[in-house]
Amino acid sequence: MKVRVFVTPKKGVLDPQGVVIETGLRQLGFAGADQVRVGKVIDLVVHTDDRDDASARVHAMCKTFLTNPVIEDYTFTLDEAP
Amino acid sequence: MKVGIVVFPGSNCDRDTEHAFEKVLGVGVERLWHKDSDIKGVDAIVLPGGFSFGDYLRTGAVARFSPIMESVADFAARGGRVLGICNGFQILLEAGMLPGAMLPNRSLRFICRDVMVRVEQTGAPVVSKLRQGQLLRIPVAHYEGNWFCDDETLARVEAEGLPVLRYCDATGLVSDATNLNGSRNNIAGLRNAAGNVVGMMPHPERCAEPALGGIDGRALLEGLLS
Repeated sequence: MKVRVFVTPKKGVLDPQGVVIETGLRQLGFAGADQVRVGKVIDLVVHTDDRDDASARVHAMCKTFLTNPVIEDYTFTLDEAP
Repeated sequence: MKVGIVVFPGSNCDRDTEHAFEKVLGVGVERLWHKDSDIKGVDAIVLPGGFSFGDYLRTGAVARFSPIMESVADFAARGGRVLGICNGFQILLEAGMLPGAMLPNRSLRFICRDVMVRVEQTGAPVVSKLRQGQLLRIPVAHYEGNWFCDDETLARVEAEGLPVLRYCDATGLVSDATNLNGSRNNIAGLRNAAGNVVGMMPHPERCAEPALGGIDGRALLEGLLS
C-alpha cells in the first residue's frame, strides 16, 4: 500500500518560512491569499493490503519518529493502486 | 574523573569538547561511539554539537535512536550527569529527556557569533560554579535553536525553575529585542527537574581558555564535574 504522509507545523507554532512566502506572494501581486504554512511530504510503501493494518502502522511511525508532536501535526493518505 | 563524549556520524564539536576537558581542565576523556552501548564507566556524559546524521528529518531525530542513547538515558535515570551542547541539546529534546522542541531560528538565518546569556539559577551541577544573574559571553552556531513548547508546558517549565540560561544583552536585559532566535521566554539552556540533565545552545567548549578569546564557558564545564 502506498502511503503519503503530510507533516505540517502545529497551529500556534511560528513558521518563519510560511511568513516569508506569504510576503513574497503579496509582493508578486497575488492578492487575497494568506495563512501560508510550509510542511513536508513523506512517501513510503507499507507491505500490507489491509487498510486498518496500514493505518495503525503509519500512525505508530508518525508518533514515534516521522513527526515531533510538540511542533508538528500529520495526516496521511493510503493508496492501494500498485 | 572521566567524561564520556558521544560521537555520532556528523558530530563536529566532539574533538573541541575533548580538548577542553582533557587539555584545559585536565580531565580524562572517553569517546563513546554511537553504535556502542558501553559507557565505559564515565562520571559524566556530553552530547557534543554538530549535525548528527546530517540533521535529516529533524535535528537530533535520528541520533536519539542510536544504541548509545539507551545507555545515556539509563545513566541519566540513575542520576548521572548529562550535558547536551547545541546538537546535543536538540538530541535531548527529541529523546524526551528535556521538554520542548527546536524550530528554525526566527530570522531563518544560521547564527554564528558570540552572545550574552544570563545565568538563571545555580540549582544544577552545570551552573553550580556560577552566580544567579551572572552574565556570560559564549559563542553560538545554529540554525535550529528556537526553543518551543506549548503554553501549558512553558508554565510548568517556569514554575519548576527549569531554565538555566536566557539570551540577554550586555546589561543582562532579557527581552524580545535580546532574544537571539525566537526561543520562548529567551530560553538558551534548560535542565530537567532533578538537575542532572542540562541542554544548552551556546558552546562552552569554544570559550574555555584565553587562546579562544574568552573563558566564560569554562565554569560550565567545570560545573558538570563538580
